[in-house]
Amino acid sequence: MEEINALLHGFSVALTPVNLGLMFVGVTLGIIIGVLPGLGGANGIAILLPLTFTMQPTSAIIMLSCIYWGALFGGAITSVLFNIPGEPWSVATTFDGYPMAQQGRAGEALTAAFTSSFVGALVAVVMITFLAPLVAKFALKFGPPEFFSVYFLTFCSFIGMGKGQAFKTLAAMMLGFALAAVGMDTVTGQLRLNFGWHELLRGFDFLVAVIGLFGIGEILLSMEEGLSFSGNNAKINFKVVVETWRKLPRYWMTSIRSCVIGCWMGITPGGATPASFMSYGVAKRLSPQGSKFGTGQLEGVIAPETAAHAAGTSALLPMLALGIPGSPTAAVLLGGLLIWGLQPGPLLFIEKKDFVWGLIASMYLGNLAGLIIVLTCVPLFAAILRIPFSIIAPIIVVICAIGAFTVHNAMLDIWFMMMFGVMGYVFKKLDYPMAPMVLALVLGDRAEDSFRQSMLISQGSMDVFFSNGLVGTIMGLSLMLLFWPLISKLMALCGRRG
Amino acid sequence: MFLSWPFFMSKLRSDDSAAVTNRTMEIVVSATLLVIGLVVAWDSWRLGARWAEDGPESGYFPFYVGMIIAVSGGTILWQALRGMTPNGRGTFVERGQLRLVLSVLVPAIVYVIAIQAFGIYLASAVYIAGFMAWLGHYSWLKSVTLGVATSAAVFMLFEVWFQVSLFKGSLYNPLAVFGY
Amino acid sequence: MNIKALLRASFAAVANLSVLVVPVTAGAAAWEPTKPVEFVIPAGTGGGADQMARLIQGIVAKHNLMKQSLVPVNKSGGAGAEGFLAAKEAKGDPHKIIITLSNLFTTPLATGVPFNWRDMTPVSMLALDQFVLWVNAEAPYKTAKEYIEAVKKAGPNKMKMGGTGSRQEDQIITVSLEKATGIKFIYLPFKGGGDVAVQLVGKHIDSTVNNPIEAVAQWRAGALRPLCVFDDTRMPYKTKVTDKQSWNDIPTCGEAGVPTDYVMLRGIFMPGGVTAEQVAFYVDLMKKVRETPDWKKFMEDGAFNQTFMSGKEFAAWIEKNEALHRDLMKEAGFLAKP
Repeated sequence: MEEINALLHGFSVALTPVNLGLMFVGVTLGIIIGVLPGLGGANGIAILLPLTFTMQPTSAIIMLSCIYWGALFGGAITSVLFNIPGEPWSVATTFDGYPMAQQGRAGEALTAAFTSSFVGALVAVVMITFLAPLVAKFALKFGPPEFFSVYFLTFCSFIGMGKGQAFKTLAAMMLGFALAAVGMDTVTGQLRLNFGWHELLRGFDFLVAVIGLFGIGEILLSMEEGLSFSGNNAKINFKVVVETWRKLPRYWMTSIRSCVIGCWMGITPGGATPASFMSYGVAKRLSPQGSKFGTGQLEGVIAPETAAHAAGTSALLPMLALGIPGSPTAAVLLGGLLIWGLQPGPLLFIEKKDFVWGLIASMYLGNLAGLIIVLTCVPLFAAILRIPFSIIAPIIVVICAIGAFTVHNAMLDIWFMMMFGVMGYVFKKLDYPMAPMVLALVLGDRAEDSFRQSMLISQGSMDVFFSNGLVGTIMGLSLMLLFWPLISKLMALCGRRG
Repeated sequence: MFLSWPFFMSKLRSDDSAAVTNRTMEIVVSATLLVIGLVVAWDSWRLGARWAEDGPESGYFPFYVGMIIAVSGGTILWQALRGMTPNGRGTFVERGQLRLVLSVLVPAIVYVIAIQAFGIYLASAVYIAGFMAWLGHYSWLKSVTLGVATSAAVFMLFEVWFQVSLFKGSLYNPLAVFGY
Repeated sequence: MNIKALLRASFAAVANLSVLVVPVTAGAAAWEPTKPVEFVIPAGTGGGADQMARLIQGIVAKHNLMKQSLVPVNKSGGAGAEGFLAAKEAKGDPHKIIITLSNLFTTPLATGVPFNWRDMTPVSMLALDQFVLWVNAEAPYKTAKEYIEAVKKAGPNKMKMGGTGSRQEDQIITVSLEKATGIKFIYLPFKGGGDVAVQLVGKHIDSTVNNPIEAVAQWRAGALRPLCVFDDTRMPYKTKVTDKQSWNDIPTCGEAGVPTDYVMLRGIFMPGGVTAEQVAFYVDLMKKVRETPDWKKFMEDGAFNQTFMSGKEFAAWIEKNEALHRDLMKEAGFLAKP
């Protein structure tokens, strides 16, 4: 049990009063960053990075990684309260979290979100502790065809879920793909769908679209009802935390499934955002309450949050072990490591034992610190819903505008946000499903890139997607999910005959 | 003051005749989709949308994506024109509702224009204050105080603390005096 | 002493003082930023330019080289075109600097975005980045020659070369290599240099032309093997990086019989229309940055070529390289269609 010894040593490194203090500072800051759309974990880390040069590398990285934890927790807050995802990976949390808040169950949704985030991260950290070398090797198996198969699986786990009109679902999803294609094509370096307009070089950012579609769109919708945000009768005492905790063990199966999905996507590195979507999709299919998803199911909050956090945490592993960042935030952390003269890569675990195990120990502690902070604040967050609509609505619009602007420092994005806001309002009323569109916008260009890279490798042959066990299995699984309605019908038919 | 909000609501919502029917809206949206789809397909075709020897060209996927959007949009449009939309005669939005929605949307658009001209900080302060005073019927003192306070808080948070520079206005930057 | 005398005395003192003070104030009047300086990075987070920019930010903050802070902003859209256009638009703004790499030349040529380095003011060259031909350590090839022979033997479009982006430096080198040796790779573009290195470790591609900093961790871990450096002289760093080899032990591609060389600019620019004083401030700042131990260590870790230029010399260098890129890209057929 070499790892346990190393971990205990790590705790002794991490558990100094100064480091504990830095942890709380980091987590609190991270929550603020997570709450404000547009300020990403990368911002916070990048800005604090210079401050940390006066500290020990271990203390510094502990503080910075705690910002990361805080941001992961914080993203859920605005998703649940206002339908505005503070971070890309909390989009799926809005699907059930926001309806819960409207029903006056904001406290419950937040508690579930925070707790399952904690569980997801914890599982991922345990995995990092004991399986790091093995897992790093697994990540190396992912080439372009494997990446494509993972994205394909994400789509398949999500497709065919909506009950809306088929053409509307199709149109919405393809619109997402079209928006994702705007900008530069990585594979050939050509500009696409720009129409000679240079402002479109950067493409449509997912966050701008989501802030508009969900945030502004929701304000317009609730205005129509002519009342304040519903859900202002939310319970704002601490009892709700305990009550929710009593319900949570019922969903252990969803939890485990989401952990697996999250860890896997974090390592590959598919990232936290696809992980949360995939986990939501799978939970919806496999849960007995699946058909009620989207109306405020606790399970619909647990699934994406667990997976997002598990993925976000395990994304740090490829960064440490291979030097490839699994997310933009991890990329900035990577820059930090280099400045402290630490070279991320296979040798980090051997040469800088103190640092690595200190960091891993701080993952346990930082995560726990984060959970304590956010849970104590649940009543406070829920109370925000009691602020009168005519005060909170303009503030939300302001925050949305800032969020849209900061993504690329582009004024035009604020206009796009308004456009998406109107679109969100109209689409919702006409039953165009938004989830497939958002998913296509997030994963569209990545899926296309890996598909075309695969085609380059195989020189245009599709066989590449079944060329080895790994990619073949994932593709097979995807196809099975895609045709699941058909398969289940066939099975029912055979059953009747038999 | 606390009574004024519901009063305002009832005044605005009194008209429940349909401003727009579902069918009309359906036609507008699907026609837009049809156009978007065709534009996407056309631009992708220009870029090269064939399957070359070493896999698809730049425009290959966007071309088909555009075509699918156009076909879906066209089908929905056809259904709507034929009166096949489910609940097509239903109301998309009532007159009163529309007025309410516009009472939020129009100021929001004005707000964005103001950002474009004078930057985020000034525009936000005025917007919040105006929204509270006109739509929420709060006293001007309260409204202005909260508007300015929010803007100042945002300024401290972004400009000073996180050093994220927000948009300062292309027409006139009111913060230029402070060196920002 | 009466009041008059006192006044006279004090006047004299002030006059004396002012004589002393004049040169000092002239020194202080040299331009200095009055608000945070935006540091545009025309590339994504985690890449070589990003790492360097964030290092500079760190060094400036750590050694207190500037009163105002330096705030990096990534504008990576359209292979950096977004960042360059932002610099072009900010004509006359002295609170904006931009770090450049080869996309300064390649992006406008490949995309047709209306932008040229002459729209900006060159400040200084920070370093030149090298390119190294890497293969997986488990591959049988020990020298560049052996590898090229193997590619030749396999036939065209069989072996896979990975690189960052399309129609950018990595692909230009690949094409030059092909031209020089008469072979043909499948060129696979990825989003970032780190991804490329890991794909090579995972054996999904056969070789890369990663910058030293992008692949050094994997080299030290024994996962990758450098074959040759694309330059006319060897890298100067003689400290052992792995157990057996230093950067200096890697032969040049010329020595290995593959006559190809290419180095990449890492430099700083300002928007156009700024004063000479403002440029001088940043030239001086970059000089100070280069003198810090942190910078020196970074240079050595990444085996950079530490050439420093500014002013006319730098502008001449850029001009020469612009022509070189136009030729290379024209030959490779990478120019944007009009």
